[in-house]
Amino acid sequence: MSRYYNKFKIFKDEAFKYFGLFCTFFGLLMLAIFIGNILHNGFARLSWDFIKNYPSRVAENAGIISALMGTIWIMVMTALIAIPIGIGAAIYLEMYAKKSWFGRIVELNIANLAGVPSIIYGLLGLEIFGYQMKLGGSILTGALTLGLLILPIIIVATREAVKAVPKSLSEASYALGASKWQTVRMTVLPAASSGIITGIIIALSRAIGEAAPLIVVGALAYVPFVPNSPTSDFTVLPIQIFNWVSRPQKAFLINASAGIIILLCFVFLMNAIAVYLRIKKRVKY
Amino acid sequence: MNQVIKEKIIVFFLALCALITVLTTAGILYVLISESIIFFSQVSIIDFLTDTQWTPLFADKHFGIMPLLAGTLLTSFIAIAVALPIGLTIAIYLNEYAHRNFKTIIKPILELLAAVPTVVYGFFALTVVTPFLQTLIPTMSGFNSLSAGFVMGIMIIPYISSLSDDAIAAVPVSLRHASLALGASRLQTAFRVIIPSAASGIIVSIILAISRAVGETMIVAVAAGQQPRLTANPLVPIETITTYIVQISLGDVPQNSLEYRTIFAAGITLFVFTFLLNNIGYWFNKKFHRKYE
Repeated sequence: MSRYYNKFKIFKDEAFKYFGLFCTFFGLLMLAIFIGNILHNGFARLSWDFIKNYPSRVAENAGIISALMGTIWIMVMTALIAIPIGIGAAIYLEMYAKKSWFGRIVELNIANLAGVPSIIYGLLGLEIFGYQMKLGGSILTGALTLGLLILPIIIVATREAVKAVPKSLSEASYALGASKWQTVRMTVLPAASSGIITGIIIALSRAIGEAAPLIVVGALAYVPFVPNSPTSDFTVLPIQIFNWVSRPQKAFLINASAGIIILLCFVFLMNAIAVYLRIKKRVKY
Repeated sequence: MNQVIKEKIIVFFLALCALITVLTTAGILYVLISESIIFFSQVSIIDFLTDTQWTPLFADKHFGIMPLLAGTLLTSFIAIAVALPIGLTIAIYLNEYAHRNFKTIIKPILELLAAVPTVVYGFFALTVVTPFLQTLIPTMSGFNSLSAGFVMGIMIIPYISSLSDDAIAAVPVSLRHASLALGASRLQTAFRVIIPSAASGIIVSIILAISRAVGETMIVAVAAGQQPRLTANPLVPIETITTYIVQISLGDVPQNSLEYRTIFAAGITLFVFTFLLNNIGYWFNKKFHRKYE
């Protein structure tokens, strides 16, 4: 092989290295441009009034209080629904039904559910919770829908965390005379807790940004009140942002930027906590 | 004895939790199928599949799903065209070139791209990417599939990079060493040894990314328009299946009307598509996954 060929080979190799570095930062660069842009447009709009005002036809008077409270209601209710069911299902699959036919069906089913688009969950919620259970476009309908949506994420994360608990721990518990449930409750779950919490936070950070399924179940675009019970009508931050984005006036786009800043604060904070827990939990048994 | 009964009750409740996931699937199938059956008793399924117009809200009603499907596939195609080269290059770079510490730090940061709410990406496409592209292509419409698809591509980069990364990391070091020992460069090793060995995992990552793109809603609802159109032109407004469902949900369509049922007919089309993609991915992974000792 000629020396020329070798030089070219090395050149291509080096070039690809820089191309790889460029690609790695390309998406992040786009994200940075975008965040810079919304901070530039929306930061000046952030104020106490913006947080505590109701939506309005006049862009300068509009605020996010109803969307913010709606988001908090939805997140709390979704968590209350999805966390116990998710952990329960995961424990059942990992500790009780590992090799049974039912366990295998559920496992396959969860893999499939994780790939169903969120808007399809919206159709499920609209028909079953909204119409057949007559809950309408209430917070309860929205929370049940999002609860089902994030269930696969919580189940998969909990199973991984439970799987990572060394057998020696549970065997020690059995040896002391503990029953299976006592072992699960007092040994396995505490040992798996940080992994489970990480999964829950990731799942909730997914739910907080969801707009599509909630629009489908009938969350309102314009809500001039703070919801006061699980059967109230509601809106959430992503829907409020969507509503502002859809308007032609520039002033509403500025409101949307300011709303996005607040939404992203929640999302990034939750992800940061999850990453921190993931790094911290690397306990070696 | 008491303890035994208590444990049985607890196991029953745990099983019930697992059963809820099965009921969810059953519920989705029931809702989509029961509403679609009524829809297809009023609209011929042949028209649905072959008519080239989708105008359920107009006086002259047409129920051809093709324009919506075309819009969905066009935005997804653009997204994959952006995400695949970038995501795959990232996976190769992180495994073959980058320092191991760099990989540990950069992976969670890349995952952030998938954590940003999609309505936020839609805003980005509409207010930043489209105006920028319009300076290059003045004929481009304010709503178009190019910027929506591009931004969606950015969002799904981590899906492709992270699954491909797993596949590439699973290729044994001995193959790498053998190739390098024969005098191949890292680049040659990556493209002639690593990628062929990791092909099944990479293909699965692409299939799952397509499935994610097909079901994506808010980016296209904000930035791609609401005009069902059978076109491959990325510069004009189109409408995807998901956008149509959002559009109807925002309006006031009475339950039990034909218009109401169109969203379930559109939904079942979307569901069938993503279900097939996910299961092809699952099956592919099982069948072609190479095991190295």
